[in-house]
Amino acid sequence: MTAPTPALLKGATGDWELIIGLEVHAQVTSNSKLFSGASTEFGAEPNTQVSLIDAAFPGMLPVINAFVVEQAVRTGLGLNAQINLRSVFDRKNYFYPDLPAGYQISQYKQPIVGEGIVTVELRDGSVREVGIERLHLEQDAGKSLHDQHPKLTYVDLNRAGVALMEIVSKPDLRSGEEAGEYVKKLRTILRYLGTCDGNMEQGSLRCDVNVSVRKPGAPLGTRCEIKNVNSVRFLQQAVDFESRRQIEELEAGRAIKQETRLYDANTGETRSMRSKEEAHDYRYFPDPDLLPLELTPDFVARIKASLPELPDAKAARLEKELGIAPYQARVLVMEKESADYFEAFVAAVQKRTGKAQKDIGQDCANVVVTELFGALNKDSKSIESSPISPTALAGLQALKMDGTISGPTAKKVFEEMYATGKDASAIVEEKGLRQVSDTGALEAMVDKVITENPKQVEQFRGGKETVITFFVGQIMKASRGTANPAMVTELLKKKLAK
Amino acid sequence: MTSLTDLTLAEARDGLRAKKFSAAELARAHVDAMIAARPLNAFISETPVIAKAMADESDKRIARGDARPLEGLPLAIKDLFCTKGVRTTAASHILEPFVPTYESTVTQKLWNDGAVMLGKVNLDEFAMGSSNETSYFGPVENPWRKPGDNKSRVPGGSSGGSAAAVSARFALAATGTDTGGSIRQPAAFCGIVGIKPTYGRCSRFGIVAFASSLDQAGPMTRTVKDAAIMLRSMCGFDPKDSTSVDMAVPDFEKALTGNIRGLKVGIPEEYRVDGMPKEIEAIWTKGAEWLKAAGAILKPVKLPLTKYALPTYYIVAPAECSSNLARYDGVRFGLREKGEDLTAMYEGTRASGFGREVRRRILIGTYVLSAGYYDAYYLKAQRVRTLIARDFENAFKEVDVLLTPTAPSSAFARGEKTADPIAMYLNDVFTVPASLAGLPGISVPAGLSSDGLPLGLQLIGRAYDEETVLRTAGVLEQAANFTAKPQTWWKQ
Repeated sequence: MTAPTPALLKGATGDWELIIGLEVHAQVTSNSKLFSGASTEFGAEPNTQVSLIDAAFPGMLPVINAFVVEQAVRTGLGLNAQINLRSVFDRKNYFYPDLPAGYQISQYKQPIVGEGIVTVELRDGSVREVGIERLHLEQDAGKSLHDQHPKLTYVDLNRAGVALMEIVSKPDLRSGEEAGEYVKKLRTILRYLGTCDGNMEQGSLRCDVNVSVRKPGAPLGTRCEIKNVNSVRFLQQAVDFESRRQIEELEAGRAIKQETRLYDANTGETRSMRSKEEAHDYRYFPDPDLLPLELTPDFVARIKASLPELPDAKAARLEKELGIAPYQARVLVMEKESADYFEAFVAAVQKRTGKAQKDIGQDCANVVVTELFGALNKDSKSIESSPISPTALAGLQALKMDGTISGPTAKKVFEEMYATGKDASAIVEEKGLRQVSDTGALEAMVDKVITENPKQVEQFRGGKETVITFFVGQIMKASRGTANPAMVTELLKKKLAK
Repeated sequence: MTSLTDLTLAEARDGLRAKKFSAAELARAHVDAMIAARPLNAFISETPVIAKAMADESDKRIARGDARPLEGLPLAIKDLFCTKGVRTTAASHILEPFVPTYESTVTQKLWNDGAVMLGKVNLDEFAMGSSNETSYFGPVENPWRKPGDNKSRVPGGSSGGSAAAVSARFALAATGTDTGGSIRQPAAFCGIVGIKPTYGRCSRFGIVAFASSLDQAGPMTRTVKDAAIMLRSMCGFDPKDSTSVDMAVPDFEKALTGNIRGLKVGIPEEYRVDGMPKEIEAIWTKGAEWLKAAGAILKPVKLPLTKYALPTYYIVAPAECSSNLARYDGVRFGLREKGEDLTAMYEGTRASGFGREVRRRILIGTYVLSAGYYDAYYLKAQRVRTLIARDFENAFKEVDVLLTPTAPSSAFARGEKTADPIAMYLNDVFTVPASLAGLPGISVPAGLSSDGLPLGLQLIGRAYDEETVLRTAGVLEQAANFTAKPQTWWKQ
């Protein structure tokens, strides 16, 4: 594994190295909960998606959801991780009103997935390999609502028992940026796999961050765990604040206390939640209601065979087989939906033009990344709500490629398509934007412009050849962009030389 | 004709089919007996109206020749089985107001087979006890007393209400649950048959949990045949219980061939504990002789870890109970004692909701699972448990079934052991090892003590080999010819 190059922080007493490890809780995409058949849909009325098992009524027993197990294995494989054929569910005991059984079923000593690796690209183009320590399955808790009544707390158990994957990284991250890019990459992989929707706003993906600092080369410092970090931006803020705080403490001669801290999104600060001494004794022990989870190598092999192409492989293929620049390839694969769009687009262009992928790939990438993503970003629209379908965009691309319209016209048509949802050829016909490549028609235009601008003709003939762009511009203007600029230039040169 | 309440389950079944009497009459006779026996305090909830409705339905079925295996047979249900629409308390104040909206798998199977519910019977609180003295609803009286002695005897526990109801003949049979002997020991104390099947045979779904890795339901009846009939209805794979076993359920009644010629019966020497009363030893010897006379081969076997079973049990069971009972927090159901804040509500609810013995076990269980103690207690106990199971495996390489006493004494007097939990726990010394190993065990009434109280013998079999256990029990039952009945002092 590539050792991360320490991104050092300057302190009053010299440089400090920042050490970060992440625990990401990813809600498993599944219609029903980890141990009950209740629905997992987001946003339902409180306590409408609660089975007797979720509410821990007397005599209720958990039964593992086989699909969730499959999802965890799929995720493990997507993280290049060890799949443990035998794993054990444990009870983590603590009292809280939104934890109906008084224990959370989790995996403690024997998780379903062991060590793995995630490759993370940083803004400067460098690549980092981040170790995955483990992935385990566990139940989510319900929600305590403290703002519904002046004195009472209400409890919503819709989320209670929903399956989570806790993905624990090794302390391989060295900056807020790295941590943020790691979470983004993890999210991308989960979404490709279809095992978590990655929606941080709805809480489908949540992070706890472990932060410590040390002098470069020194042993690991005491860490603090920061909870409640629910966006990539907050993650970076929390890391920045916490690392600064720890450096200040240490430089003031105080020791860091191992504790759990809460991130406050309003202030961008972290504050102490509970110290190590106040930490719960969770009294973990194997859940006697559940047998150890035993998987067969066949089961794992079947899931492996059904894995989709993941972003790293896809980006590599776009570079290699479609000749797309590395940066654009990475942008295209960031969201599975974007990549799907792009590939559908390329396929449609191929179908229309009969050209090889390699010959059209880069130009197609330019159109999607620059034109389409640009327009969508401006409107804060996602690729799924793009007003132009991949086939429609291919229609435009084909018109450009076969010379029916010029490059500049294509841009205009694109804007029109984006605004109205109309077909490219319809717009071209309607507005008469077809490129004029007929020599007779073009000669007439050239003659006209030469006659009307004797001064510029003189300048040209006097040796100022750059004035030709003036003539081209005039013609393009007069023809509303339809004149074939290459042919116009050719004709102008010929006629002006006389 | 004998009175309807004196019939065995099998006799009542056959009588109903032969239309000698109706299910309504049978239910009525038992409801009357139940009401007459209120001084025994065996019932927490009587359900005569439900009994009548179910019996009427049974009569219709019988009339159209559509009788199910337990059609019209009145049963008492331990109040640990959740019953839809009928209060289920686990004999605890904390569940006093609790009415489930669901039915346990085992009781549902009984109803599906046509059985009739008389009511919910008393038990030790959350099935924690060996004398039925820890119930929030008061202790159950053993129908048996020493002749000429008015002193109350305990019925054993935790299924004390079940045992009393069957012994005193106001239920044809009852459901019990057994975690460390809770079916077998009260069966022995009340002179009836009780079988704990192999762990996994009966679904635990809908049974209020005490210790999940040990809890197992089973029938309590007056004869071995009745136990076989009822067990068949109770067993079976349940997808709602991950620990239930997906195996065909045999026709246990057919296993009662009476033939044990050549069967190897092991006598574990380690069960000859210090201070065991002479008459327990005598009945054990007699039992062995009966089996030998029937053609079995007796073999002494070694179960060297037996002495560690009780301490192991009293770590594992409380550990699981401390976690299983965390859900009784006053938030969603059952008792809630209001408090100034969350902690006050928790503390108030659990302090007033749980009795002393339950609180003691929660504390022990919490302790043995705590950081720094887990390895020394819980983990060690789990290892010993594995070794105890291996002891049995080794013994069963040499023999087919084991014969032991069920309990180290006959029914003791009420209050005799309540001050000393250890003395109370020692009652489970012979039943706990099979529980830890998950093996089937049955208690069969074998005779009376010198002071006229029932004594039971226990047979332990291989996992899922209830058939051999029942067959041997049938032979033992026949040889013992236990016909004694408790005096019906409560009717006077």
